[in-house]
Amino acid sequence: MEEFFDPLSLARWQFGLTTLYHFIFVPLTIGMALMAAIMQTAWYRTGKDTYLRLTRLFGKIFLINFAMGVVTGIVQEFQFGMNWSEYSRFVGDVFGAPLAIEGLAAFFFEATFIGLWIFGWNKLPRLAHLACIWVVFIASTLSAYFILAANAFMQNPLGYTMNTERGRAELTSLWEVLTNPVVIAAFPHTIFAAIMFAATVMIAVSAYHLRRKQHVETMRPALKTGLWTNVLAFIGVAVSGDQLSLAMVDAQPMKMAAAEGLYETTNSASFSIFTLGTPDGASELFSIRIPYLLSLLSTHTLDGEVEGINDLQAQYVTQFGPGDYTPIIWITYWSFRWMIGLGAVSALISMIGLWMTRKKAAEMPERRANIFWRTLIWSAPLPLVASLVGWVFTEMGRQPWIVFGLMRTEAAVSPNVAGWQVALSLAAFTLIYGILAVVEFKLILKAAKEGPPEIEASGEDSDDSHLAIVY
Amino acid sequence: MDIAQIWFILVAFFFVGYFILDGFDFGVGMALPLVSRDNTDRRVTINTIGPVWDLNETWVIVAGAVLFAAFPEWYASLFSGFYLPLLLILLALIIRGVSFEYRHQRKHPEWAARFDWMIIIGSYAPAFLWGVAFANIVRGVAMDEHHNVTANLFELLNPYGLLGGLTLVLLCLVHGAIFLSLKADGEVRSRARSLVLKAATPTVLAAATFLIWTVWMRIGLDDAAAAGDISRAVGVPVTWVAVSAAVAALALLVAVLLTYRGLEGTAFTAMAVTIGAAIITLFLALYPNVLPSSTAVGGLTIENASSSEYTLEVMLWVALIMTPLVIGYQGWTYWVFRKRVSRSQIPAEAAH
Repeated sequence: MEEFFDPLSLARWQFGLTTLYHFIFVPLTIGMALMAAIMQTAWYRTGKDTYLRLTRLFGKIFLINFAMGVVTGIVQEFQFGMNWSEYSRFVGDVFGAPLAIEGLAAFFFEATFIGLWIFGWNKLPRLAHLACIWVVFIASTLSAYFILAANAFMQNPLGYTMNTERGRAELTSLWEVLTNPVVIAAFPHTIFAAIMFAATVMIAVSAYHLRRKQHVETMRPALKTGLWTNVLAFIGVAVSGDQLSLAMVDAQPMKMAAAEGLYETTNSASFSIFTLGTPDGASELFSIRIPYLLSLLSTHTLDGEVEGINDLQAQYVTQFGPGDYTPIIWITYWSFRWMIGLGAVSALISMIGLWMTRKKAAEMPERRANIFWRTLIWSAPLPLVASLVGWVFTEMGRQPWIVFGLMRTEAAVSPNVAGWQVALSLAAFTLIYGILAVVEFKLILKAAKEGPPEIEASGEDSDDSHLAIVY
Repeated sequence: MDIAQIWFILVAFFFVGYFILDGFDFGVGMALPLVSRDNTDRRVTINTIGPVWDLNETWVIVAGAVLFAAFPEWYASLFSGFYLPLLLILLALIIRGVSFEYRHQRKHPEWAARFDWMIIIGSYAPAFLWGVAFANIVRGVAMDEHHNVTANLFELLNPYGLLGGLTLVLLCLVHGAIFLSLKADGEVRSRARSLVLKAATPTVLAAATFLIWTVWMRIGLDDAAAAGDISRAVGVPVTWVAVSAAVAALALLVAVLLTYRGLEGTAFTAMAVTIGAAIITLFLALYPNVLPSSTAVGGLTIENASSSEYTLEVMLWVALIMTPLVIGYQGWTYWVFRKRVSRSQIPAEAAH
């Protein structure tokens, strides 16, 4: 029982659960806002009904998702104080700043202009209305930047000084916090990954209708846009991911050693695609390896030295005192591979999709067509799962630290919150998030299956059209 | 005035903004079953806040983030110390927010009814719990020498805290009903008006009792603080608190009177002043403490809870640049959606 009600592990479970859950909605909000904005821009420029219908369809999916993103986001902000009060006291002076800027400079915009966009159809001048969805996209992207900057401080603390008298980290340069090399790389990495997920959702919705040969004229351009977007965004993900791993080798060599399960410092290190062995990766039975790749990834040279876990552990003991500074190897090892693998498979499927649907392609036989469309539909979650395991990698790989080199996770938890309270909170969030996930999924599925709505003749500027009745 | 004091005023400003704005959203949610007879009425009611509830709710996110950045110790002690009320507030805000979005997604009466309930609960609960929380912040809670709150939930549910909760619920209800009388048309509008008049007496009574209690309690707390019995700094002269409380009470009476006269726009302004002055009363009674202790140790003040000079300075620049902009475009949003919502605008429901 004592073990079960341990506030530390419960608070960690809650943070992991609520953060990953929140992150289901974040990429869809960012990516779908972009998709809706692109479709609406196409409509604005061409006046074609097709694009208006697509804007409405993807706008609807965006909205179902948006409310969840907002309400689960409040939980994120509150739980730093609720479950991690020692952390908040220790880093609030630094960490609070990007969060507050996010609220003032990004989230206010997002929340206001989303209302204007949803309820302003036929009310606002067309160009102003189009501008609203772009503001939503830009603001949600900016939002992501500030949150990632806050996270980058935990990964690679910069721009602070230690005030030993007050026992806390204090901000010395907001600029350094906002230009942390980790956020510079993590930001495009996250945004491109978000766009990939929105693209695969768009592909899946299009494939669903094209397979049934309905709304063909409307869904074809959507499919093309989705496929191209996914492939191009993957290139962005890969390039920024490479930059991020370089920044991470600098900031947290232990995380990158743990990503490979590399125990001994090695020159010309190889990268394993797959390993069988003990869970801690200490001894292996079988593996498939690509020579030089790990050195290439970590140092951009073939013979670069990659530090191993054992050396780093010894080095940290001298630096920080006795303790275990190694993250859980099988988690970092496999989450790193699943992240890369799922993202790459998703992009590969889209490339095949582009080939199969190119202009000169012959009509597919029915059996093959069925497999083709189904693959496009069912592969929609791949970029999302890749993003989620990517977060698992980056956060679990930082352990035992909550702020790398400065504060250990076990020291960060609220000392005055009893285990049963955290247990209650974890249970409540699990329950309510679980129910809402089912409702949300069904509603998005329903909207997707209904397809692009017919466009009613709009009575612009009539008395009644001052507010689009949405609710 | 040093910069941390300016930040105390800014924190108060964002909470005032939150309670004035999301306050009427809560009131509209509470009034939902009281002003509507059928689904069309309910849709009129909900659509009056449709374009704005989200931006209103964002004020609490910003208030919380600003509190975190400017007063990390306050944020840490408050949020961990008021764990269960905040958990319930979070759950309530979750179900309320998704219900606005989900209720219209299916045309089944049962489906909509389920989300109506969640909107109602999701509106009462946060208003009540925020009232309890703010009353207890002013009153002071048991803390240890590391500024950790040691009071449990039942200690927060003391008579003064409960009255604070009740007062905020009633103020929000009246605020929401006045908003509806201003923004809805037809039956919903007239029902909302009579709701204001019906709710007026209990609201005036609760608010007056709570505000007088606040002033009276402050006098006692000042004495105990001066004697060093509790870890609390002596604040501004109690007359200031009393004047602010009187402004709140007066504005409430004016709001009710103007509603009776049918001057809905001015009535709404008066009600916004009421809520603003009531929250300012609490912050005045609190100053220069931010989370005073009811024991001899651990109380947090502006001085020992605030961030470093540099953080407060850069953040002040950000706030001074962004806040007028925010008020500008949010004001514009309210202007765009200024017209009333009526039954005739609600599209007939197709048989399903």
